[in-house]
Formats: sequence, C-alpha cells, structure tokens
Amino acid sequence: MPAPSQRRLIFQHIDEPGYSNDLACYVRNGGYEILKKSVTRKPEEIIDEVKKSGLRGRGGAGFPCGVKWSLVDRKSGKPIYLVVNADESEPGTFKDRYIIHQDPHQLIEGIMISCFANNVKQAYIYIRGEFPIGARILEKAIAEARAANFVGPNILGTHYSCEIYVHRGAGAYICGEETGLIESIEGKRPYPRIKPPYFPAVLGLYQCPTIVNNVETLCHVKHISDMGGEAFSKIGTPNNTGTRILCVSGHVQRPGYYEYEVGKITLGQLLNEVCGGPLPGRTFKGVIPGGSSAKVLRFGEIFTLKNKDGSTRTLTVEDIPMDFDTLAACGTMGGSGGVIVMDDSVNMVDALANLNAFYAHESCGQCTPCREGSLWMKKITARMVHGDARAEDGALLNSVANQIAGRTICAMGEACSWPTMSFVAKFGDEFKAYPETKNAPKSTDALELV
Amino acid sequence: MNFKQETLQRIDEVITHYPVKRSATLPLLHLIQEDAGYISDEAIEWVAQKLELQPINVFEVVTFYPMFRRKPIGRRHVKVCRTLSCALMGGYKVCDEFKKEFGVELNEVSADGEVTIEFVECLASCGTAPVVMIDEELHEKVDTAKARALAAKIKSEAKR
Repeated sequence: MPAPSQRRLIFQHIDEPGYSNDLACYVRNGGYEILKKSVTRKPEEIIDEVKKSGLRGRGGAGFPCGVKWSLVDRKSGKPIYLVVNADESEPGTFKDRYIIHQDPHQLIEGIMISCFANNVKQAYIYIRGEFPIGARILEKAIAEARAANFVGPNILGTHYSCEIYVHRGAGAYICGEETGLIESIEGKRPYPRIKPPYFPAVLGLYQCPTIVNNVETLCHVKHISDMGGEAFSKIGTPNNTGTRILCVSGHVQRPGYYEYEVGKITLGQLLNEVCGGPLPGRTFKGVIPGGSSAKVLRFGEIFTLKNKDGSTRTLTVEDIPMDFDTLAACGTMGGSGGVIVMDDSVNMVDALANLNAFYAHESCGQCTPCREGSLWMKKITARMVHGDARAEDGALLNSVANQIAGRTICAMGEACSWPTMSFVAKFGDEFKAYPETKNAPKSTDALELV
Repeated sequence: MNFKQETLQRIDEVITHYPVKRSATLPLLHLIQEDAGYISDEAIEWVAQKLELQPINVFEVVTFYPMFRRKPIGRRHVKVCRTLSCALMGGYKVCDEFKKEFGVELNEVSADGEVTIEFVECLASCGTAPVVMIDEELHEKVDTAKARALAAKIKSEAKR
C-alpha cells in the first residue's frame, strides 16, 4: 500500500520559501488569531477541548495532555507555572529545533493559549544549552509578541497577564526529565525528584503546581483551540490522535522530519517509501523507533498481537503503524518520535557500545543502580570493542540492565537499560559471536562507532 | 571581578526573571562564561554573593553541567557530535580529521591557543548527520572533506 501523504499542522511553514521567524510574517499568515479567539472563551472550555482532543504528550511518555492539566492543584492558592520542555536531548530527536528556529511564534501562541486555559501567570521555556541561537530567536520573538500585546500585562485588552522567560540549560540530558528540569530552573543540580510526593501538578517549581509540556505538544494546543477537540480527535487513529513529527536518521536514503497523522503510516512505508529505503547495496537490520531509549526492533521479527475481540494478528516490523499503542504492544515505544535506522553494515555490539557511552555520561548519579549500572554497561561494551570480548558478555550485560530498570527515582533507569536489554535479546547471536567477528577483516568503509 | 558593563547589566536584568534568586544560577554562569571564557573560583564566589548563596551551591552546579568550564579553552570551540546517528554516518572519522588538522587531542587547547575540540553528546540534528558546532554555528552533513574545509576556514580567520 502506498504511503499516505504528509499532514503538516505543526510543520506547515517549516522550510517554506520566504517564511521567516519574525512576528510580521507570522501575523501575515494568520498568527495570533487563535489566541485572540481563545482569550474570549472560558479557560475551562479550552481545557475541555484539549481533553476531548485526546492529545498525548510528544516528549516521550505519551501521557494525555488533558489529564495532565486536570491533575493540576487549582485550590492551593499558590501560583501555577507552565514549563516548556525544549530540552530536546533524546538521541534521534530533532523536531523542536526546527519549530524554535523557523516558527517560534507558533510555540509562543501555543504557550499563551495553554497559560490562559490554566490561569498561569508565568511560563519558562527551558531550552537546551546547545541551542544558543534558538534561545536568542525565542527571546526576540517573545519581545516582539510582548510589544504587540500578545504576551505580558493585560494581553489583548483583557485582564489576563502572563510573562514568558527563556531559561537555558547547560548540556545535561537529565534535564529533559520533568522534575530534574524543575530542579535546574531552581538553580540546582538536576536531580530528579521522587514521585510521590513531588508530582509537578501539585509540588513542582518552587513547590507550586506546575505543568511541564513538550514544545510539539504545546504547538498542538494552538491547533486544538482552533479546530476544536472533537475535530482534532478525528485526525490520526483512536487513542492516538493528531499528527506527529517523525524524525528519521541513520541509514536511509532520505533522512529528515516528516509529519503524519498518528498511526496512519507504517514503519515500512516511512522507511521504504518516504525515506527512500536502505542505502545502495544495503539492507535494513535494526530500527529504534522512538528515540535512543526505545527498545530496538530487528527486521524479520514477527509480532503476534491481540485484537479487541480476542483474535490475534501478526505484524512484521514493516507493518507496525507509527502510533503509541501498537509500538507499545510490540514491546517498544513511540517515545519522542526519533527513528534511528541501522543497516547490515552495523555490528550491533558497536552500536550498543555507542549508546552505553551516552547513558553513562548522562546518568545524574543520584541513584546507585543507574549511576553504577550505566557505567558498567559502558565498560563492558567498550571492553568488548577495544579489548577482550567474551561469549558470555551478552548475559552479563543483561544481568546488569535487569538490576537497574524499576529501581531508580526517574525513568532514566529504564532509558539506560532498555537499549542493552533489547540489543542483547534481539541480536544475542551477534554478542555471542563477537569474540570471533571483531577480529575478522573489515571492509575499508567500515565506521567506528565507539 | 572585571566583567563587561553589558554583562553586569544583563546579570541584574536576568535575576528579575525569577521569584527566587537562586534560579538565576545557570543564567549567570552562562553570562560569565561568555564574558570571561570560563568559570573561575572567583566567579563562583562572586555568583554566590550576588545570589545570596554559599559558594558550594554554585560550585556543585558548575561541576555538574557539561557546558560549564573551569579553565579557558581555545578561541574557537569545535564540538563534534559523538552519539549514534552521527556515528552511523561517520562522526568518529570527522572528529579524528579535526584532531589531525589542528594537531590537538580532545579537550586540549592547540599550541597557538586557537582551537579546542570536544566530542559531545547528541546535538539534536540527527537527520543531517554528522554535525559539528563551531562556536555557536551548526554545520551539517560534515564529511572528512568538509571537516578539512572548515578547519582551513578557522585557520585563515586566525591569521587575520
């Protein structure tokens, strides 16, 4: 079946010739009209639209945005904060970069609508330190929006006031974890907080109720407020609504970003048709479908899934629709939408060694299983590649990984151990054979991965 | 501390963004690093005093976040992305090429004080891998030839 065409809501103007990131261009294209309409409505109506829309968070966990908003403690008497997670750090993910650089006002409009709906007076955009130009673009865009009365005191002639500030991170992956991010805004080491009691919706920034949403999620709020939750919920597939940006990298002919209705395109259509298939003379071997923390899939494996009526269906990797639920049923996740493709030139031990070095570097060190485990997984795979590899190393890696997941304060425990668990489970043969294959003659174009 | 007038103004402004002064720790450290090139012991004491904190509160932040430096680097900062998507497209080769071009090991300052090369984790531009950030500017689809051209440009700018 041919791939459906893209449906660009968020990326409508990305790479459009002549489209610039200033306010004038945004307003010329209908910008801030939806904010103007939104502030004439009751805030609860907008929250209801978001609930009806079925929008699920685009940062990684896929938690329903409307539910997140409804958990906010509105009776505490404390201010409510909105924190925008623009700490785009999950390897394989590169969508927020383009929104921030090319269409920052779309994000600001989404933020202001979300703030209005939740009676938020102060929002912070936490942008990763590696986007210095992006931070300046956002600051300029906020200043423009403030001058035009879209941000700041008494916006658009109402009694509603809200300020947005940009807060830059400084190169730490863990700041993408919402409670670590909050600690970072408070000026501390970003050690994630334990939940309960520190659910951001109740005890977040400065111990006040706080909403933390991903950049793409907040952009969707703008479109939901525009078309209504009902209409939005009809885009995509049931329980997997709207569009989402899929970022494809690695061994395909046309890597890049593509926006599709959630679940309407399969992994096979995405990689073979949209991205042009494998590089010349190569075949696909493995794919990580939702950012580097998602469990790897092996081309050729078959998934047997239960249907609602109790019957079963079988899927190949290529058959999997790019949604939240089917990917989860196949033992992995849609995560952040970052699809990393590896072809048959890759030795999976080398690829895992690369990822393990990342996680060992990024563990915050607060919880022993993650701090020590991620380091040991890195040491074992580095030894396999650069020193002596043993046939039993796969089992050893797996035993370390199994002692991390579920034993840490934050999801980094899962994030760092899932790659090892899945690489060993799916490509165990390569780990067993590695002592021999690592010394076999390599082709001249073989790349070092660690 | 001898900071530029503009830095001091921006420091005073950014503190007003937060209801709690401590929140300005990261913004202040960024501003100081942009001004002075690195975060010295004196800078840590200065920030602590400015934000009414103990120096340890600032020190533990400086030592945690990878982007903050305790010593000066070269005038040009070359950051090559190391993580998987870039590595799959030749990131390690690109890093080696830069090291060879400038005759310098990772995280060192070249003999002429011009360049420091760092091999960093994901820069979030995986679709145009391998990527390299030179100071604030991102360079995409960098192969060894492009790495040599970028190195030549840095060298030519140094001579001016």
